[in-house]
Amino acid sequence: MKRLLLVVGVVVLLGGCGTTVPLAGNGAPVENRSTSDAADTAGTRGAGGADAKGVGQGSVTQVQLSSNGASGSDAALASVQTRTIYFDYDSYTIRAEFQSVLEAHARALKADSTRKVQIEGHTDSRGGREYNLSLGQRRAEAVRRALAVLGVRDTQMEAVSFGKEKPAVVEDSEEAMQKNRRVELNYQ
Amino acid sequence: MKRLIAVFVLLLGHGFALAQFRIEVTGIGLTQVPVAIVAFKGEDAVRQKVSTIVQADLERSGQFRSIDTAGYVLDETSSPDFSVWRQKRGDALLTGSITRLADGRYDVRMHLWDVVRGQDLGALGNVVVAADLRLAAHHIADYVYEKLTGDKGVFSTRIAYVTKREKKFSLWVADADGENPQSALNSAEPIISPAWSPSGEQLAYVSFEARKPTIYVHEVATGKRRLVANFKGSNSAPAWSPDGRYLAVTLSREGGSQLFLLDLSAPGSEPRRLTQSNSIDTEPIFTADGQSIFFVSDRGGSPQIYRVPVSGGQPTRVTFTGTYNISPSLSPDGRWLAFISRVTGAFKLFVMELATGNASAITDTDADEKPSFSPNGRLLIYATETQGKEVLMTTTLDGRIKARLAGQTGDIREPNWGPFQK
Repeated sequence: MKRLLLVVGVVVLLGGCGTTVPLAGNGAPVENRSTSDAADTAGTRGAGGADAKGVGQGSVTQVQLSSNGASGSDAALASVQTRTIYFDYDSYTIRAEFQSVLEAHARALKADSTRKVQIEGHTDSRGGREYNLSLGQRRAEAVRRALAVLGVRDTQMEAVSFGKEKPAVVEDSEEAMQKNRRVELNYQ
Repeated sequence: MKRLIAVFVLLLGHGFALAQFRIEVTGIGLTQVPVAIVAFKGEDAVRQKVSTIVQADLERSGQFRSIDTAGYVLDETSSPDFSVWRQKRGDALLTGSITRLADGRYDVRMHLWDVVRGQDLGALGNVVVAADLRLAAHHIADYVYEKLTGDKGVFSTRIAYVTKREKKFSLWVADADGENPQSALNSAEPIISPAWSPSGEQLAYVSFEARKPTIYVHEVATGKRRLVANFKGSNSAPAWSPDGRYLAVTLSREGGSQLFLLDLSAPGSEPRRLTQSNSIDTEPIFTADGQSIFFVSDRGGSPQIYRVPVSGGQPTRVTFTGTYNISPSLSPDGRWLAFISRVTGAFKLFVMELATGNASAITDTDADEKPSFSPNGRLLIYATETQGKEVLMTTTLDGRIKARLAGQTGDIREPNWGPFQK
């Protein structure tokens, strides 16, 4: 019996020490505290003064974002092979071998003027985050220009960058880096 | 059996209250003031040991070392026997007390003494709610720091940073010592470039929640956030003007990556373009007088740091050593520029004295990122990698004293040091 009480006690304690709680989405404030000691944990100063309940001056309200579902993409152009263009290190020149990929997407976009494509540039993991965001942008814009030359309207394309934030392969090898230096075409 | 449960409670409680950080201080400063901090009377009864927090703050600055005070029972009303402390080679003595009041709040009092001259350096009292006991300790550390060094302490300031754990990203706000982290934002998509507003109440940052980079301004206390830049293409690198009215940002709306100025007091208004080049212009930061912006540009063929007046004009180049200089941060007095330089493949933190142009590497790591000055200009926080793990570090400007804030859950990056709180 005593051992059962101990187990129950431990379970209760573990259950009580919660980690951050996701919100329903209405932005209601969540207190990020240990329930085992509500009296004097957490809270630093911030904008306003302490309130009557004893919340510290600088408590932070947590916001939880729900993840978006994957955007739809055309079945024929869905595979990674047919919608990814790879780049050499420190380069935003589109290699000749990807011309057919560009032409396929140009055809699809010209055939349906309501279709929109997001052209997403990426870099490998070397270098600063913001500078790499700009390098990825250069790659995305090179692809956008190439599609424009093939007759795609500007209103159907948006060139954006993920820099080094969304690698295709999370590794430091040369092969991984090659697979990360890329532009992906994603239909909205 | 009861004792076993009691120990378990203690362990769990301690584990939760402990921040993600463990502080490891390495290095020896040129001058370290020896200070004797006596346990505050009454601190046994509270979780936040004020004297321990003060001691940790002062030691982390690299400018103090502690004298052993075990066994001494003093409070702020005690008249110290200076000969005792002089014999221990202390320069200063700190005493105090914490008293629980009838309404549940705490009266925190302190007294600082100059041991060498036998003089009173002042006494303070502060009534706080339990949740602000750590803050009261940081205020005491600031007081001691300022009295003994002449500089304002940064122990009551906050830092922001981003963690990545599996596929989840979080934006955190913590005390400058890494304690008391609170999550401001949880997201399934990356968050980068958090930047504190001059008031310390808001964070601007880049979020990829819309599957492209966009800029938000987020009020930390309330969680209220607003989208301030979602122009066509990428929106990134927000930097606040000193009056809090403008954000300098990098937009690709007109092609490439160029600097623009957003007027936050006129939401929806057209951003004003600041740079006109066919190169990458990014990572802007304002000077303290709000008149100029330092930024990164590869108009010369590879990324270097430039300076341009906000009112317009030709940018002038600031960095000349090496072929890759990015991520500038300016000391508040305008004397120092911290940045990241790539040196034979390694990314290293450099500090440059702007008046002379002399720059030195101050770390021995090779994956340094995102330096950010403390508001008193005495310390830098930056991200780096040790043993394959992402960590945050603080360092004095000469690189002598470093403190490692090692994240225990996932990778940690993108630090930004908040301002002095008003």
